[in-house]
Amino acid sequence: MSGFTAPALEYGHLAPLIFVFLAGTFGVGVEATVPRRFRPTAQLVLVAIGLIGALITTIGNWVGALAQPDTGFFIGVEGSLAFDGPTYFIWATLIVLGALSILMFGERQLGGGATPFTPQAASLPGTPAEREATALKLEHTEVYPLAMFSLTGMMIFPAAADMLTLFVSLEIMSLPLYLLAGLARRRRLLSQEAALKYFMLGSFSSAFFVMGMALIYGYAGSFDLGIVAEAITQGAGSYSLVVGGIGLMAVGTLFKVGAVPFHNWTPDVYQGSPTVVTGFMASCVKIAAFGALLRLFFVAFGGARWDWQPFMAVIAVLTMFVGAIIGIVQDDVKRMLAYSSIAHAGFILTALVGAAQGEAIMGMTSVSSALFYLAVYGLTTVGAFAIITMVRNEGGEVTRLSAWAGIGRRNPGIAGIFALFLLSFAGIPLTSGFIGKLAVFGAAWQGGFGWLVVVAVLASLVAAFFYLRVIVVMFFSDAGDEEDGVEVVMPSWRTTLTIAVALVTTVGLGVLPNLLLPAASMAAEFLR
Amino acid sequence: MSFPLLTLLGAVPLVGALVVMFTPRATGRVTGLFISLLTTALALVVVGLAAGGRDLSEQFTWIPAFGAHWAMNADGISLTMVLLTVLLTPFVLIASWNVGHADAEDGWGPRAFSALVLVMESFALFCFMATDVLVFYIFFEATLIPMYFLIGGFGEAGRRRAAIKFLLFGLGGGLILLAGVVGVYAISAGNGQPTMLLADLAGMPMGTGTERVLFVLFFIAFALKAPMVPFHTWLPDAAESGTPGTSALLVGVLDKIGTFGMIRFCLELFPGASQWAAPVVLILALISMIYGALAAIGETDILRLIAFTSVSHFGFIVIGIFSFTTISMTGATFYMFNHAFSTGVLFLAAHFLIQRRGSQKIADYGGVQKLAPVLAGVFLLGGLSSLALPGMSSFVSEFMVIAGSFSQNIWIGGISTLGMVLAATYILLMYQRTMTGPVTEDVEEAFGEERSNDLTGRERWAVAPLLLIIFVFGFFPKPMLDLIEPAVTTTMSQVGVSDPSLTMEGSN
Repeated sequence: MSGFTAPALEYGHLAPLIFVFLAGTFGVGVEATVPRRFRPTAQLVLVAIGLIGALITTIGNWVGALAQPDTGFFIGVEGSLAFDGPTYFIWATLIVLGALSILMFGERQLGGGATPFTPQAASLPGTPAEREATALKLEHTEVYPLAMFSLTGMMIFPAAADMLTLFVSLEIMSLPLYLLAGLARRRRLLSQEAALKYFMLGSFSSAFFVMGMALIYGYAGSFDLGIVAEAITQGAGSYSLVVGGIGLMAVGTLFKVGAVPFHNWTPDVYQGSPTVVTGFMASCVKIAAFGALLRLFFVAFGGARWDWQPFMAVIAVLTMFVGAIIGIVQDDVKRMLAYSSIAHAGFILTALVGAAQGEAIMGMTSVSSALFYLAVYGLTTVGAFAIITMVRNEGGEVTRLSAWAGIGRRNPGIAGIFALFLLSFAGIPLTSGFIGKLAVFGAAWQGGFGWLVVVAVLASLVAAFFYLRVIVVMFFSDAGDEEDGVEVVMPSWRTTLTIAVALVTTVGLGVLPNLLLPAASMAAEFLR
Repeated sequence: MSFPLLTLLGAVPLVGALVVMFTPRATGRVTGLFISLLTTALALVVVGLAAGGRDLSEQFTWIPAFGAHWAMNADGISLTMVLLTVLLTPFVLIASWNVGHADAEDGWGPRAFSALVLVMESFALFCFMATDVLVFYIFFEATLIPMYFLIGGFGEAGRRRAAIKFLLFGLGGGLILLAGVVGVYAISAGNGQPTMLLADLAGMPMGTGTERVLFVLFFIAFALKAPMVPFHTWLPDAAESGTPGTSALLVGVLDKIGTFGMIRFCLELFPGASQWAAPVVLILALISMIYGALAAIGETDILRLIAFTSVSHFGFIVIGIFSFTTISMTGATFYMFNHAFSTGVLFLAAHFLIQRRGSQKIADYGGVQKLAPVLAGVFLLGGLSSLALPGMSSFVSEFMVIAGSFSQNIWIGGISTLGMVLAATYILLMYQRTMTGPVTEDVEEAFGEERSNDLTGRERWAVAPLLLIIFVFGFFPKPMLDLIEPAVTTTMSQVGVSDPSLTMEGSN
């Protein structure tokens, strides 16, 4: 009996994960025990407790770690999680963005008393069963635990210090999302198609990822990122295993961030999913996936940098241009934002390619600038999707761009806020998006990729064109499609709060970026 | 650190624009004019203090991670730009008193015009005073927004298209500049301390290749703004579709940010690359000058014609800057100042003319001189100033540019005199076709009895001060030259060039 020793786990440092995970677990319990009409409130309380607890413990742990620069940051949980600056920054960002997104799951005012989710996912679209469920005002409150489980995965993914944890958390993150994508109340076939597409392609990319892991394991003899890094630096053995492994694992992670040529799922999934879920995916998944991508490439594959930098540079250029150019011809606002998110993935990749590192306290490294970009992009994105949920007619949200014509005249306030978010995406000064661009381009140039910066600004110009197009349609085009009855519906406090936070941070961090930049620069390097 | 006077100067019109938006519709434009005059008064105080040797520089830390500061200062070159901005703006507002469409209910009335002009004035002032690359960049981009609405909201047919074209060219230039800004930041960070301050960036060690790339990025951005051939196509469109008041500001003030930027940023930050690129730049400038003039001669639209004359003049200014002599660079800076007023008078006079007749086509005019002699006279004086007649301030500056470029390269100097000849051609041809000759029927219908529809008192007040400036500095340029020359000398020493030994000493 004495042959087994319990693993020594750092429960204090795991607390944020435990909070989020338990909130999800108890949420499942709520579904089983609490009467139907109390469930939404009970779920919301659980989510609130979980996220607030997670945020407090994350910040507490981070502050505590900063007080002990030598021992505060460490790789714990038997070598499977890295508690370092980037981890804490990403966790805090994910919790805030997750809270803003999940808050909107319970928005009822926009849908005339109904949530954005289908009343009964198991009933076929257009059947009497569905109508009955709608009449009974059924609700899937399971969406809250699903989102919390997904968030747990998102938090582990960028913190994972070994490849097995990396893979498991990738799946924890993805599986609930596949479900959430298929739960839209309106246009359910489109939503279910999106879910299936996301699931199929996601599984496919996971398979690549596992194959890559196998190759790397075959080379290094370990799943541990640190040992892999050492083995690659020493360079013994068959190097083709390394190249193959890096390539295949890159496919898996680049799929999640939506980089070209692994981007094809993005527009369909963004368009088909319930808009609140799209906001959740567009902000949170991107952060988690980029966090993991950065850690994987800087820590494990850092020694092979000369091999992957040119490859990643090509990916970045393709991603920026495909996103920007195809975005121009989109006539659906959600699809347009999907291509916009692809272009932004390209901009963030420039920081990865630069691989700028350094001990300079003030200067921004690739990691800190990418994380700053992701945080401000996520905040603006959540706000932008929140506004999309407000433009509706009797059939639900209207995302056709032509139907948005003239809403700037009827609702100058809301259209103005959306225009501001678009300007931030375009990187216009005095918005947070501009500071983010400055940071990632600076990192790319510092890493010796000046030409990539020049290419990136040209792509930014192309992208700016389609953001401007939406602004022109909203403010200057004559109102078309009046018969659709498109109007901007005023939401409850949930969506309002989300938009307000996004607005304040988009402008505030554009004018006074120093409110967040120091936090990002404390997350400048991964622990090896 | 003393009171941030320069920030106040830039902030007054910006706050004033807000005030204007919240005043009643009827008093909006009066308030706007008052605020612009207040700005002018404040600017004159600033110039007086700076000329008296007072140190007005301000510096506050803004974004430590990028080494960005809110930093303002005003040397002679900046002050010249500040002066031209604050002296032109109020008179554009007076001249554009009744701007806007008849159905001004959609918000595009005189009040909105005043507010947008004030916003633009503020952004331009910050641009000219900024000594931090990032602050300069932000206002360089920001000026696009008020100007976009000024063109798109108040212009003639095709204004939306022209406004979008203006915005896209502007954004293009801005983003190219962004790559350059990122570059200087990255290099300074690589040297150990990220900074955006001009003073720290000037003389920063960097590789020759990098310096040249950065120079090219900055230069393209400024050439798009200025505009130089082949990046000029947006300007005639914007001038044709915008109101002439807008165009006066666009060409008089905003485009100066381009040529100003060449001196302040291209030359001071990348002295080696500036000298390396000078031959190509000079040839481009010559092409701009000749092409702009020829296009002006062939143009049938009055406003497009004036826009092309500006393309030609900007060629002159760039020649002055890249000839690297004290006299030519002083002349170029003075030229920027004069050009604002001569082109301003031309645009405003054209505005009065077009308002009365309702057409921009030269062919629709003839014999206006007989019916509206004052208007014709103003138009002629503006034109003569544009072609640099001796006695006008533009003559002094044009002569200095040519004299300076002669001493550096006789071919450049020689060919640029051709620009003077062509200028006389396009101005006098336009005057002849519109003002002289028999009175056509349409013109008679538009102007009525002799003198009955000549310039009103308000219109005279809008152009008379501008003409006065042109004449005063034409006969007595010394105050301006004394203001500019020390700053130019400093720039020259930063670039590391000195005047060629054959310089024409005492020519000013």
